Amino acid sequence: MFDLDRWHEIWITITHNKSRSVLTAFSVFWGMLMLVLMVGSGNALEKGIFSQIEGFATNSCFFESQRTTLPHKGFRKGRRWDMTNSDIPVIKEKVRELQHISPMLFSGGNEKNVVRGDKNGSYRIKGCFPEYDLIEKSKMLHGRYINDIDIADKRKVCVIGERIYEVLFQKGEDPTGKQIRVNGIYFQVVGVARSSSGVNIGGETAETVVLPFSTMQQAFNQGNIIHLLAVTAKEGVPVKRVQDQIGEILRQQHQISPDDKDAVWSMNIEEQFKMFNYLGIGIAALIWIVGLGTLFAGAIGVSNIMLVTVRERTKEIGIRRALGATPRNIIGQILSESVVLTVLAGLLGIVLGVGLLRGAGIILSQSDQFFKDPQVSFGMAVGSFLILIVIGAMAGYIPAQRAILIKPVEAISEE
Amino acid sequence: MIKIRQLHKSYRTEALSLHVLKGVDLEIGSGEYVSIMGASGSGKSTLLNILGILDTYDSGEYFLNGTLIKNLSETQAALYRNEMIGFVFQSFNLINFKNALENVALPLYYKKVGRKKRNIIALEHLDRMGLKDWAHHMPNELSGGQKQRVAIARALISDPKIILADEPTGALDSKTTVEVMEVLTDLNREGITTIIVTHEPSVADATHRIIHLKDGMIEYETRKDNGVHVATHPQKPRMA
Repeated sequence: MFDLDRWHEIWITITHNKSRSVLTAFSVFWGMLMLVLMVGSGNALEKGIFSQIEGFATNSCFFESQRTTLPHKGFRKGRRWDMTNSDIPVIKEKVRELQHISPMLFSGGNEKNVVRGDKNGSYRIKGCFPEYDLIEKSKMLHGRYINDIDIADKRKVCVIGERIYEVLFQKGEDPTGKQIRVNGIYFQVVGVARSSSGVNIGGETAETVVLPFSTMQQAFNQGNIIHLLAVTAKEGVPVKRVQDQIGEILRQQHQISPDDKDAVWSMNIEEQFKMFNYLGIGIAALIWIVGLGTLFAGAIGVSNIMLVTVRERTKEIGIRRALGATPRNIIGQILSESVVLTVLAGLLGIVLGVGLLRGAGIILSQSDQFFKDPQVSFGMAVGSFLILIVIGAMAGYIPAQRAILIKPVEAISEE
Repeated sequence: MIKIRQLHKSYRTEALSLHVLKGVDLEIGSGEYVSIMGASGSGKSTLLNILGILDTYDSGEYFLNGTLIKNLSETQAALYRNEMIGFVFQSFNLINFKNALENVALPLYYKKVGRKKRNIIALEHLDRMGLKDWAHHMPNELSGGQKQRVAIARALISDPKIILADEPTGALDSKTTVEVMEVLTDLNREGITTIIVTHEPSVADATHRIIHLKDGMIEYETRKDNGVHVATHPQKPRMA
């Protein structure tokens, strides 16, 4: 059935009727090209979005205090309040499903607040627990992150962002153990951090000095207040549950009405992440619907042109029949032509599509974007190949049926 | 070789039914050289198509080489055509996107002969027709006579028992007509049963037996005797 001779015969028919073949094949080529381009772009968009939140704990949640909006227990509404250190043990005790917790403090980048010798710059300052590195992952270029002993001993140590390192230190210089002045106080550098995620809380990691939370509270006279509270939920636990519990505790601790939702601001990263996920699924679904639709339209185009072709080839088919071609021969011929054309055109579409995506990928790789490494998977390529064969066979089916209805005598006598 | 009894054939359209063959009895022996003549509409082409298993008949019997040709499946019909019969048509019916060699080799493709082998055989047949140098020319680069000789080569390639020629010279000038008839006569001399449908007396004269068809029935036959055709087998006594 699949002897070389048959393919040769099909090949002659296809190549000796070039314009007809090209016209037939173009719609499938175009459909496949569009499908590959769209899927590749969709993948790139998804990768881009996810690379932004990569390294950021998606099961996290953040709290901040806001002015109260309801009067409660004799307090007027519009009262300012702050989270404090004493909230942390209460939360740790009451919220069983809590995984990590890190209070945070922030200090703005005053003019030339970070100094080393004659070099200086304006950078943000952030105080946090070692656990914070489990929420927003940093890549350590030198040294280490803040640790528990730093917190306990209120050590004057700091982790600096990579850009700060570049400004304050010589290229290749080991910064660990060196002293820098932050807001007038000397700290020892213990590490250099680079963000491994596109999401940074409290300013870009590269331009932030990270201090032990306890040190920062004391050194900068912040008393016992917390600016931002970062927590994560244990695996398998919806963040929403932890979020609600902590909100309730904070309201209790600070004499806020249980109904005052606005007094405790919180952001649930899991919900945001879910939205990204749905967005990704939505985009993918749309792409496949449109792409397969285009491909299907291409297949109908092939079928249509094959039908016209069969009509045009009535005489040829009649002659073949007179010379001893069986109906099976004729069906085989029409189907094979359809499949060969569809597959060749489709493959060309895939190859060109992949090539274009690669080109786009090279151009886009220069800049970090929401559009990253546009490519289609090998599985998708193989899958499309199989789809092409099926589509080709389907497209050829009706024309093939039409072809065997041609009676040789009618075909030959047709002048 | 061919035996036909009370063959009837009508063409039906929505409006009318046309009774084309009205009971034809005919016997053609192996190696005979026969022509079928008749006015247009006499049913001669229909008869030839039935003989070539290109068309079916309504009633009667048709034995080809001892086999009853009736209610064949398309596949069987294709097989018999391929094995037994070589066709030569008025309009040559070459496939225009195949060159002469490929056209000639086509029947062997359906006989599942390998490409190399069938191209060698096809070239031999073209050579025999004096067209070896034209093997790789497309049909539209050939003259009418050349095309018909390509078609004859194609008809011969599967070693048929019978050559059926439907107005083989109808599209040719008188000079090429003579050439083509010489080829057909040579073939018959080699023992192939040759049946030609024609309305040209000169063509019919070359054959050994002429069957005159009129209104779907055999009117009379003539046989060549010492180079002259004489009526031998009138079906209807009014000829006498």
